[in-house]
Amino acid sequence: MATKAKGKASGKKSSETRLIPIYIMGKKYEVPETLTILTAMEYAGYRHIRGCGCRGGICGACATVYRLSGEYRLKFGLACQTVVAPDMYLAQIPFVPANKAIYDIEKLTPDINSIGRIYPDLYRCLACNTCSKACPMGISVMDYVQALLKGDIAGCARLSHSCTMCGICALRCPAELQQFHMAMLARRLYGRYLQPRARHLEKRVKQIKEGKFDSMMDAIMSLNNHELKRRYARREWEPESYENPDWQPEETKYLILD
Amino acid sequence: MAEGQAIGYPPGLKELIQAVEHTRPERLARVKANQHFPRLTRKEGEKVLKSYHPDYKPGGRRKLRVGANKSEILANEVADLLESYSRIDPDAFDDRLKKPDYETDVLILGGGGAGAVAALFARQNGLRVVIATKLRHGDSNTVMAEGGIQAADRPFDSPYHHYLDTMGGGHFTNNPYLVKALTMDAPLIIRWLEDLGVMFDKDKAGNMIELKGGGICRRRMHSSADMIGAEIMRVQRDEIRNHPKEIQVLEFSPAVELLIDETKAVSGAILYNLETREYSVVKARAVIMATGGFGRLHIQGFPTTNHYGATGDGLVLAYRAGVPLVNMRYAQYHPTGTVFPEQNFGLLITEKVRTLGAQFINMHGQEFAHPLEPRDVASSCIIRECMERNGRIVTPTGHYGVWLDTPMIDLLWGKGTVEKELSAKYLQFKRYGIDISTEPIIVYPTLHYQNGGLEINEWGATRVPGLFAAGEVTGGIHGDNRLMGNSLLDIHVFGRRVGIKVSEFIKARKKGKRLSLSHLRSYHADLRKTGVKTKRVAPILLPDYVHRSAPACPHKF
Repeated sequence: MATKAKGKASGKKSSETRLIPIYIMGKKYEVPETLTILTAMEYAGYRHIRGCGCRGGICGACATVYRLSGEYRLKFGLACQTVVAPDMYLAQIPFVPANKAIYDIEKLTPDINSIGRIYPDLYRCLACNTCSKACPMGISVMDYVQALLKGDIAGCARLSHSCTMCGICALRCPAELQQFHMAMLARRLYGRYLQPRARHLEKRVKQIKEGKFDSMMDAIMSLNNHELKRRYARREWEPESYENPDWQPEETKYLILD
Repeated sequence: MAEGQAIGYPPGLKELIQAVEHTRPERLARVKANQHFPRLTRKEGEKVLKSYHPDYKPGGRRKLRVGANKSEILANEVADLLESYSRIDPDAFDDRLKKPDYETDVLILGGGGAGAVAALFARQNGLRVVIATKLRHGDSNTVMAEGGIQAADRPFDSPYHHYLDTMGGGHFTNNPYLVKALTMDAPLIIRWLEDLGVMFDKDKAGNMIELKGGGICRRRMHSSADMIGAEIMRVQRDEIRNHPKEIQVLEFSPAVELLIDETKAVSGAILYNLETREYSVVKARAVIMATGGFGRLHIQGFPTTNHYGATGDGLVLAYRAGVPLVNMRYAQYHPTGTVFPEQNFGLLITEKVRTLGAQFINMHGQEFAHPLEPRDVASSCIIRECMERNGRIVTPTGHYGVWLDTPMIDLLWGKGTVEKELSAKYLQFKRYGIDISTEPIIVYPTLHYQNGGLEINEWGATRVPGLFAAGEVTGGIHGDNRLMGNSLLDIHVFGRRVGIKVSEFIKARKKGKRLSLSHLRSYHADLRKTGVKTKRVAPILLPDYVHRSAPACPHKF
């Protein structure tokens, strides 16, 4: 949602750009056909407050619902990623009411019972696929809900990974599920409990806490600028793994190897 | 999903792609034999920077007339911001300041990654927190971080190498103590994120799959497909919402001024509710500035990768309270901003695309720079290719750029890699009928990162008591040029440090009695005395794009 700025339209009309009519919440505006819904609204005179975030298709602030003239289908898209079309009737969704459950991630177990207890609406899924059809990110929302119902938390986490949490799935769901919050919980359970921990990381944390790098850091911080620049210029470059997977560094003085 | 908008490359550009395809097999063979385009030496790099970097050339800058950085030469857009009057009349708040609307231990200004981490650690240390943010909780540049987060956690890497890369990338203008904190805390941070349940890219045994980035000598980049920032931000927001009693979040409520008390310690802020257009007064025992960067000021007229609210608010608020700015001379122009399609103009193409093997190719199909030069050097090489060497590609709307040859990725790593590793980017182009696993992208530098900002120490304290800072609003960590993967890291390292330190500060601080805007009154007086005559007010809060038909662009035919 946005507030309408005061003043007359003064946008310069480029001779190459064709203007097309769109209807913002029912009101007609002529806008350049190359613009997205987000920029077309600005061109029309709106100054966004809600309904605009990253402007790059990842934050989920600008979910928009629209119908094209003469079509029965209701469509959904991110305003910043959807190009306007002639006779598009649109409205932005400023907010999606949903209840995020409160939980202590440290006390949960990574299984279906955890999620089912926290979000019992999960079991209401009708498998109608309305959610997937509405997702502006093209996620198979129903598939990840069904994965959860089978106890496949990892599958749900992977399928839902590109979720922007715009909430359109939950608005459209005839069974009133709050899919995007369930998927959030599934991903956290997966990341914390089901993905194996990085042992090299744990080891490095221990080495740092034991002070094993302290003398190296003291040494490099005491260098004068000239010597620091020399070492920077002579750094040894690790190749990418497709180039040489068996690479070993020649200089090992500033490494901790077992 | 939106349908029927597949556009694809027009015939003219399709024809130019043939030159890229023509040289691709030979380039592929060379890369497989570990033969790369040579990196520039430090001296060559400096030369190309001086001639082509947007902030090295004269012009577009002026001498600042007020405050701690008086006489320093800064970008006009930054000088404009600092040489502005307040949005409010201090006299109008005399009564309101006596009856604060909110009282809390810590007020965090900014709802991005730095603010979130600071809030979680402050809470862990027993404090009550209010987060006030301009847009929704999480609307920030953090969610837009695509490529990765650095931490030296593999056996053939160490904080020593991370330190060296960071200092060199910043042209040795970084604050060494901040860099030490950054590199030594990094593995601890990744471990903490694992505990929170962040999904990292790992192999079956749980080892992190790590890549390199520009100017980075070891594989050190931790990722989550190409949306690590969004993954981290949504996890942290979820965790914050698990503690509603201790952490309160005020959305659509940016700060318009800081408040101090009679001891000159920062003691709160005035917020402005963008929806009801009402002000509120928050009294706090400490304030953490975590408002992010300034991309939406469009420095030097460049388009930006930044989110809608990145208008540098924290810079001017803290500057009025007496905090100096450091490393503000050079902004970061990310080498690979989208040029085509127009709808994605200026948007970020993650550096991960190049760590996976995509190369810079000119109009004639020739590679012209190493794919992983530090960002400022890479940007300058692209500008040189376009301005002087006749290697530019011109789009139908008159924008220009060079090719980023993304089809190299699947050829190097196997079919399907682009779709899996760069899923968000793949979708973003697919929407416009371009398959980046088989077609290259046109790119040109875009304003990406602030580089410098508020002066802090290694615990995130500014020199004004009661005011702490973390994230992009701060300066000194990255010197004059930040490396990929160090900003997601810095918001965590310093968010955590601030969250811990602030509790120590609060225990020791004297209880202030009277809130005031006396610092603002003296700043206004200083502006008038120095003869700054302007109707400008700051912070601007939101950029003005009303009635605009095309995005900002400095170089166009």
